[in-house]
Formats: sequence, C-alpha cells, structure tokens
Amino acid sequence: MTHTDWPLWEVFVRSRRGLSHTHAGSLHAPDAELALRNARDLYTRRGEGVSIWVVPSSAITASSPDEKDPFFEPSADKPYRHPTFYEIPEGVQHL
Amino acid sequence: MTTPPAEGTALTTAALALGDDALVLSHRLGEWAGHAPVLEEEVALANIALDLLGQARVLLSMAGDEDELAYLREERAFRNLQLVEQPNGDFAHTIARQLYFSTYQHLLHTELAAGDGPFAPLAAKAVKEIAYHRDHAEQWTLRLGDGTDESHARMQRAVDALWRYTGEMFQPVEGLDADWTGLEAAWLEQTGEVLRRATLTVPESPRTGAWTAGAGRQGLHTEPFGRMLAEMQHLHRSHPGATW
Repeated sequence: MTHTDWPLWEVFVRSRRGLSHTHAGSLHAPDAELALRNARDLYTRRGEGVSIWVVPSSAITASSPDEKDPFFEPSADKPYRHPTFYEIPEGVQHL
Repeated sequence: MTTPPAEGTALTTAALALGDDALVLSHRLGEWAGHAPVLEEEVALANIALDLLGQARVLLSMAGDEDELAYLREERAFRNLQLVEQPNGDFAHTIARQLYFSTYQHLLHTELAAGDGPFAPLAAKAVKEIAYHRDHAEQWTLRLGDGTDESHARMQRAVDALWRYTGEMFQPVEGLDADWTGLEAAWLEQTGEVLRRATLTVPESPRTGAWTAGAGRQGLHTEPFGRMLAEMQHLHRSHPGATW
C-alpha cells in the first residue's frame, strides 16, 4: 500500500535539558500533530528525549553536494581561525 | 487442561478483570504488526500493545502465575470485556475500540490511582500510558470522522458497531472501589465530545439490556474470541515450558 500523499517530516530530538535539538531521522505523517506523535513513538521509545521538533522536509534548504568545494574547502587552510595559537597557562586542566 | 480461575478473593477477581482487558486488547493490537496501513502507525499500535502487555503482566501476577493464566485458561475463564476481544476490523474499528476502551481505562485508573487500594501504584503508572493511548485514538477519530466521505462513513460505522459493547464497562467489578455511575457519566460526556468534534453522530442505540453484549466479566465471550485465544495459546500449549 502506498501513501505518497503523506508528506515527509524531519525529526529533531533534545535528549536533555541544556542540550540542543539533534536530528534524529525522518518519517511520514499526514500533519504536524501526528508527525509529533509518530516521532514520539519512533524516536523516543527508549527514553531519548525531553522535547521534539518536527519540520516539513520541504521547508529545509540544504547545501548541495555539487557545491561542496566552494562551500567547505576554503576553510581547510585557514588555521588562524582555530584558537590554537594561545599558550595555555600552567595548571589549567580540562582545556 | 482447564485451569479454573483463581477463586475467591475480591482482589483476584479485580486483577483478572483488569489484567484480561489489557492482555486481550494487547494481543488484538499486536495482530496489526505487519499489516498496519503505514509503518509509523504500526509502531504506534505496537507501542500501545506493549504498554498494555506490561500492565497485564503486573495484574495477572497479582492473581496467580501470569503464564498459566494467559496461556492455559479456557475461554470461559477469561474475565475481559467483550469490547476488547472484538476483531480489529478496518482501521476505523480498531480506533473506535481504542477510543472507547482508553477513555474508560483512563477514567477508572485515575480514580484507582487517587485511592489507597492495592491497584493504586499500578494505576498511577498506567494512567500516563493510557493518556497517550487515548490521545492517539482521539487524534485518529477526529481525522477519520472529519476527513473524506469514505473515512467518515467508515468511522461512523465502527462507532455504531461497537457502541453496544460499551455498557458492560460500567458493571461494578468486585474488588474495585469506584464510582461506576460517575465513571459512566464522565465516559459518555468525554466520548460524546470527541465524536461530535469529529462530526460523527453519537449512537443512540442501546448500550445495556437483554439483547446487547455484556457478559465478558462473567466469562461469556463472543465468537471471534475463541479463534484469538487459539492463536495466542497454541505455542505454549504445543510446547509447554518452551523458552528462547
């Protein structure tokens, strides 16, 4: 049985307070309310979440794999953007 | 092979009634596995089934050995409502059955949780699960009732067909301290409200009386229940004590 008329939704789950929502996967649902409930059943069965967002997949604008080089390559050779030139004072742990 | 129902105490009677409701409906919902209209819904129904199975295990253990009670009793020894043994039918029937039962179960467990009887701890935990079951059924009732002409017709048919099994829910159960009249009034109000919002007609046909259903608590069951039990019990009966 096909249900091509049900739109696709992207699911974001926040696992703990203080953390941000993380993409968990996607699912089909007829509307936002049922998408939330389906997300609860599919992605938080084992106590993974305290909050869920669902977003219509069609509302997401994604970068294209074809643009990978102009998008991401230039940042690879700019070490001055990384905070690696600081001297770490003695006695500072966990940095 | 007949294991007589554990006789006697009011606690056993009540535990069997509640436990058999949960066990039988759990099995019915499990029958959707591999057959649900969509994958997402299959998981949702399986989740509800597993919640109910968890409740059944606790309750049947209060009445005796859970496996023996589930797998070795004859049909006449089961004390579940006739509503929960009704076949899945189309999806609308499954949803109507769930709406009726979860609304009832939610009201009853809320009351049990507020008391200090032996079922209070279980009820307090179960009531959160049941609230979700009820919400799931309500959401679908609204969408099917207020959906297409076809879904509306099917939902109305299901709501009508199962109405006659709803009177039995409010027969007092020995061992359960509840305000049954109050529960029934609240059930009629809540169910009616959902049906009306779903643009469905609240059935006016009888819910109690000589010709209607309603003797599951006394061990009288409808024809489809025997076939369901045969499937549920045959593995255990064919291979007693099998484990994996």
